[in-house]
Amino acid sequence: MDLLEFAKGPALQVAAYILVAGSIWRFVGIMLLKEKPDYSEPRKSAGILAALKVIYTRSFSAAPFKRATMYPKMMAYVMHIGLFAVVFLFVPHIMFFEGFLGFEWPGLPNSVIFFLAVAAVVSGIALLVRRLTNPVLRLISNFDDYFSWLVTILPFVTGLMIPVRMGVRYETLLAIHILSVALLMIWLPFGKLGHTFLVFITRGTTGMVFERKGAKT
Amino acid sequence: MTTVDGRHTIDREAERLAYKPPEIRHDKQGDMGPKERIDAAMYNFVKNFNTQTASYLDGCLHCGMCADACHFHVRTDDPRYTPIWKIELFKRTYKRQVGPFAFFYRLLGLKRKVTLQDLEEWQHLIYDSCTVCGRCSLVCPMGIDIAGLVSMARHGMFKAGLVPHELHEVARTSAETGSPLGISPEKFDERVEWMADEHDVDIPMDVDQADVLAVMSSIEINKYPQSIAATAKILNAAGESWTFRTDGFEATNFGLLSGNPEWQKASTMKIIDAAIKIGAKTVVLPECGHAYMALRWQGANMYGKPLPFKVLHISEYMADALNSGKIKVKKVDKSVTYHDPCQVSRRGGATQAARDVIRHLGVDFREMEYGGDYNWCCGGGGGVVTIKRADPLRHRAFKLKMDQVEKTEADELLSSCANCRQSFDDSQQHFNWDYTMGSLMEMVAENLEGGKS
Repeated sequence: MDLLEFAKGPALQVAAYILVAGSIWRFVGIMLLKEKPDYSEPRKSAGILAALKVIYTRSFSAAPFKRATMYPKMMAYVMHIGLFAVVFLFVPHIMFFEGFLGFEWPGLPNSVIFFLAVAAVVSGIALLVRRLTNPVLRLISNFDDYFSWLVTILPFVTGLMIPVRMGVRYETLLAIHILSVALLMIWLPFGKLGHTFLVFITRGTTGMVFERKGAKT
Repeated sequence: MTTVDGRHTIDREAERLAYKPPEIRHDKQGDMGPKERIDAAMYNFVKNFNTQTASYLDGCLHCGMCADACHFHVRTDDPRYTPIWKIELFKRTYKRQVGPFAFFYRLLGLKRKVTLQDLEEWQHLIYDSCTVCGRCSLVCPMGIDIAGLVSMARHGMFKAGLVPHELHEVARTSAETGSPLGISPEKFDERVEWMADEHDVDIPMDVDQADVLAVMSSIEINKYPQSIAATAKILNAAGESWTFRTDGFEATNFGLLSGNPEWQKASTMKIIDAAIKIGAKTVVLPECGHAYMALRWQGANMYGKPLPFKVLHISEYMADALNSGKIKVKKVDKSVTYHDPCQVSRRGGATQAARDVIRHLGVDFREMEYGGDYNWCCGGGGGVVTIKRADPLRHRAFKLKMDQVEKTEADELLSSCANCRQSFDDSQQHFNWDYTMGSLMEMVAENLEGGKS
């Protein structure tokens, strides 16, 4: 078995198992904790709609915070959009998904994907520089913040290296790229990258709890 | 040649040449040993972890945006005042002890065990520099209610005997006497009688059966006793069957502020018991922010079942009475701005009530820039105003409030919280400021039209 076969086969498979099992473990671990009932008389009924409302509204900064949060928010948006587009709208990736899903969807031209990937890397670097220089972020950051950054940025970098080649075999570069993706998948459930699914729980909970009081969400 | 004292560093953010004050004192109650204190803190931190808190503590991205929403950070640029950092020990305990991957965190030593020194250091962050105003909870991109977590972290600090002395003393007095200022039922009765005479108003006391139980805060009873008369005038004008009770008159809840759920429950139960005894349909809370949080949103949970009566903040009561025509007010020819008490508006959901009252008063209302739910806190909520050593920090944060008020150029500044009022009065004196905080309820009482007084 060569490196590419290993990456495409057992590495990716084990990573997928860890991704799924770890995410379920974390999700269940949180959900199994006790929740006390709230007996206060609600001001408003607040069900799933309140949760959905905040899941949507917290994607944007409220007016008083716009100026202060503009820079990191914009960088984070560029990174997230880039991540989504590269993973799901890059034609070779769609073909990869089609391999086990059995269906495909339209992708974006390679040039657009290339641009978005570069933009994501640049914004990722900008966010890292901010983390290293801003006194607040320096104080509150830990291993997870830096490691999560690394495993997120690596697939972009290794992916962008494939067309560049630099004398390295295509198969080797592809294998390295797939292994970097496997690393991301393995780490995702454990650290802050868990916000991929936690964001729906935290925003949704706040939506329901605060809307019930009629308080600002 | 002089030698610079190396123990103190220059404060580059101060408005004039200043050295940073020496390290703040770490207060301790009781004679527990270090291990006992740590165990007590850990046990009571862990007790608070449920699905909601767990998702919050697991969800933080360390983006630091909450720093920009906190008045203490904005005014000092001290990164320790970043809201999420204030609950770092609480967060660390969760990840080490309870979180889904606690085993790995401990095994790999990824989260250091909390030490007594950590807890002592965090006393300043959990108490002195957080008013639980919840502005940070509105900026968090993950929607984490950081202020709620600070309140919970206080439970562990209290049980470990690590509360600032002043706040602990006030809470203890409240638990022992029923009032944080030690106001006895007899003293309350005397004050009520005095106000009834002084303002020529009927004030029912200890009536056996009434539809409405009105309660007051000790700050009002002691410092702003005219509030007692104003409450009576409004309830009388509305034609309510109402009463004050000497067995349930105190609305403040220092058990809540200091972090002792048992004391919180004891204070809350006094009001609940009194209300049930007289068959009250409504309890009207005074102009006090945290009293609203304590009874309106946490009261039933202390009681363990739904409350058999409605709970209204006085601003909500006035808004209902004015909207329904139960009371009427004369038009007031002034420009007015309004300071929202955080626990009533932003965190309590009653933001609109005060605005309805203001509309009925017909004043030229000048909303502060980002007033209402995004209002800057007075700096004294969450028990901070009682902590003397926090005064310099509180005053520094108050400058934001001053700017917000001054920009409106309003004739009068009103609010509906005696704790905010106390904090404004103190800062006004400190800065020799022009604005004096007034009471929305008193303005309504002074301008009632007709009705029985």
